[in-house]
Amino acid sequence: MIAEAGLAALWLAASLALLQLALATLGLAGGKSDLLGAVRPVAVAQGVLTAVAFALLITLFMRSDMSVLLVVTNSHSLKPWLYKFAGTWGNHEGSMLLWVTVMGVAGAAVALFERALSRATHMATLGGQAAISLGFYAFLLFASNPFARLDPPAVDGQGLNPLLQDPGLAFHPPTLYLGYVGLSVAFSFAVGALLTRQVDAAFARAMRPWVLGAWILLTLGITAGSYWAYYELGWGGWWFWDPVENASLMPWLAATALLHSVTVLATRDSLRAWTVMLAVVAFSMSMVGTFLVRSGILTSVHAFAVDPERGTFILALLGIYIGGALALFGWRVGAVREGAPFELVSRETMLVVNNLLLSVILGLVLVGTLYPLLTEAFGHKVSVGAPYFDRIAGPIALALMIVMIIGPLTRWRRDRIREIGRRMAIPLGVGGVIFILLAATAWGRIGILPFLGLVIALAVAVGSVAPLWKRNLRRTPLFTWGMVIAHLGCAVSLGGMACDSAFTVEKLVAARPGDRVETAGWTLRFNRIMPIAGDNWTALQADIEASRGAEEPALLHPQSRFFASPPTTTTESALLTRWNGQLYVVLGQEADNGRWQLRIWWKPFVTLIWFGGFLIALGGAMALIGRERRGWLLKWRARNAMGAIA
Amino acid sequence: MKAKHQRLILVIVALAALIGAGLLAASALKDEAAYFYAPNDVRTKGVEPGKAIRLGGMVVKGSIKRASDGVTIHFDVTDGKATVPASFKGITPDLFREGSGVVAEGAFDKSGIFQATNLLAKHDERYMPRELQGMKYDEKTHKMKADR
Repeated sequence: MIAEAGLAALWLAASLALLQLALATLGLAGGKSDLLGAVRPVAVAQGVLTAVAFALLITLFMRSDMSVLLVVTNSHSLKPWLYKFAGTWGNHEGSMLLWVTVMGVAGAAVALFERALSRATHMATLGGQAAISLGFYAFLLFASNPFARLDPPAVDGQGLNPLLQDPGLAFHPPTLYLGYVGLSVAFSFAVGALLTRQVDAAFARAMRPWVLGAWILLTLGITAGSYWAYYELGWGGWWFWDPVENASLMPWLAATALLHSVTVLATRDSLRAWTVMLAVVAFSMSMVGTFLVRSGILTSVHAFAVDPERGTFILALLGIYIGGALALFGWRVGAVREGAPFELVSRETMLVVNNLLLSVILGLVLVGTLYPLLTEAFGHKVSVGAPYFDRIAGPIALALMIVMIIGPLTRWRRDRIREIGRRMAIPLGVGGVIFILLAATAWGRIGILPFLGLVIALAVAVGSVAPLWKRNLRRTPLFTWGMVIAHLGCAVSLGGMACDSAFTVEKLVAARPGDRVETAGWTLRFNRIMPIAGDNWTALQADIEASRGAEEPALLHPQSRFFASPPTTTTESALLTRWNGQLYVVLGQEADNGRWQLRIWWKPFVTLIWFGGFLIALGGAMALIGRERRGWLLKWRARNAMGAIA
Repeated sequence: MKAKHQRLILVIVALAALIGAGLLAASALKDEAAYFYAPNDVRTKGVEPGKAIRLGGMVVKGSIKRASDGVTIHFDVTDGKATVPASFKGITPDLFREGSGVVAEGAFDKSGIFQATNLLAKHDERYMPRELQGMKYDEKTHKMKADR
C-alpha cells in the first residue's frame, strides 16, 4: 500500500502543479492579481504532497520492501540502516524524486514566505515554478517511476554501490540538490519578472535571499562532495574535473555571478537585463548538469542508469525550458527599462568584471565538458581532463581573486583610482612581501600557479578584512561581515589548494609487516595486516603507527574492503589530521615476498580547502540573516511609527 | 565621460574577454585534449613520445610482470591487431587483471614503452570506461572484437 500511496501523492502533486499553472495564467492574462490568494495554497499543498511521496519512498527503503523494484535493485536487507535511509537517493529514480521534492518544497516556501514581491510578479513566479515542476513530474511518472512494483517479490536486494556506502551519502546529495534545484526559484523569479515587466531594485531585493539560500547550500554541497571524493576514492586528490563535478561547478559559477549582480541591481538599480539573464542561466546549468549525469552519456559513479530514452526526455525538457526562457527574454528584454548609469571607476564596474570573469570560466568549463561529446559525434574519442581545466581555470581564477581585493575597497557610483590605490596599499604590500619571501626560498621548486596562488591567497586574506579598516566593528552590519568572511574563505581555500599542489610529499613503497617507512618528517611503523569484518563487508586492515618528533604516536588503519553484494572491492584510506596538514595512507595490493603496497601522502594545510569552503557558506549565511533581520527591523519600526500616528 | 562612451568601453572589454577566452580554450584544447588510441592506431598512425594520450585495450594474458620494488608493473596491451608494452608505478585498480579491459592514461617514452600515470579499469559490473563499451575479448582466439 505504501508504494501505491506514494504514487498517488505524486500524481496528485502533478495535477496540483497543473492547477497552479492554470490559475496563475488566468490571473495574469485577466489582470486579476487577487487570484494569488488561490495560487498560494495550491503551491503549499503541492510541496507537502511531494514531501509525503519522498517520505514514503524512504519508508519503503527502511523496511527493505522487496516487492518494490527500486528497493530490490538498489538495497539489501543486511545493509546498515543509515545506507538504507540514504540509499533512497543513491539511485536514478530516488534522486529524481528528491529533485521534484526540492522543487515542490521550494515553491511552497516561495508561496508561504515571500512578502516583498509585487502580487502580480509573485503569481507569475509561482506559475513559472509550476511549469518547470510539471516537466519533471512527467519525467518521473512516465520514465522513472520510483514506486514500480516487482511481482513476484524478490528474496533480497542487489545492494548499493559500495563506493556510495559512506556517511557522506547522507549529507552531500541532499545539500547539493537543495542548492542545485533551489536555483529553480531564481529562474521562476526571472520568468515572473519578465512576464510582468517589473525588473527593478525592489525585485532584486526580493530575489536576493532565495539566490543566497540556494548558493549557500550549493557551496556546502560541493565542499562536502569534494572532501568525500578525497577520502573515499583513495587517490589523494580533492577535485578531478570529472564531468559530474563540472556539472555542479557550473551552476555554482553562475549563481556566484548572479549573487553579485543581484546586489548591484538591489543597491544601484543597474544591470537589470543581465541579472535576469544570469538567473535563467544558473538554473539552466543545473538542468544541463542533470542531463549530463542522468542521460547515461557519461560514465561515472554518479551515472546510475544508462538509458537513452531518459536522456532524450531530459534533453527535450532542457530544450523546452531553456529555449522558452531565452525566447521570453528576447521578447521582453526590450521592455526592461535601462537601469541607472555608473562611472567607469566604481564598484559597479568591478562587479561587472567579476561577472565577466566568472562567466568566462563557466563558458570554458562548459566547452571542456562538452568537447568530448562533440568530437565523438565525428568519430574521435577524446578525453579532456585536469591539464585543460587547470590551464584555463587557474589563471582566470587568480585574476578574479585580484578583483576580489579591489572590488570591496571601491565606492559605489564613482571613485578615484588614486584613492583605491591608497586603500589597496596594505594588501598589495603584504602580497609583495610574500612574493619576495617565497621567491627567495622556493623559486623553481614549486610550480608557477601554486606560487602565484600562495601570494594572491595571502593578499586576498588581508584585502578581505580591509573593508573593516577604521570601522566601528560592533556597528558594522552583519551582511558586511558576511562578505568579509566569504571573501576570507576564498583566500583560505586558495591557500589550501596552493599548499597542496606545491608542498605535498608522496611516497609509494612495498613494505613487510615490521618495516619502518620515513617520509616528510614522519616515521610510519607497519605493524601487521589483519582481517576484520563489518556489517556487510570483510576487509584486510593494516595497522600502522605514525609518529613525528616528540608527538604522541597515532594509529592508522587503512583498509581494503570486499563487499559481497554487489561484489566489489573498495579502498578505505586512513587520515591523520594535524594543525598543519594531513597524513593520508592507502593500503594497496599484496606484492611478492610478503610485502604490501602502501601509498603515503603528507599534505600540508590541505584541510584549509574545505575549511575555506565552509567559511564561504558561513559568510553567505551571515549576509542572508543580516539582510533579513534589517528587513524585519525596518518593518517593525514602520509599524510602530504607524501605531504612534494613529 | 558620457554614459554612451562608458557603455561602449564595457562592451568592447567584454567582447575582448570573450574572444580571448575563445582563443585560450581553442589552444588549450588543442594541446591538452588526450586522444584515445588502440594499439593498432599507435602502429598505423604513430604517436610522438611525451604526448599525453589514452591507450585502451586488453591486458595480454601472462604479460603482467612485477618489478622488484613491489610497486611497478610491466604489461602488454593488445587490441588483437597490435600489441604495445606498458609500464605503471602505483596501486593498480582492483579489477585490473590479465585478459581484462584497461584504459591507461600517460605517454610513450623514447624507447616506445607506454608510461602510464593512471589506470582506469572496470570498476564493477556497472561501471566501465566508455572507450571499452562495445568491445569484447574472445577467450579462444585472444582477439578483441566489436560487441555488435
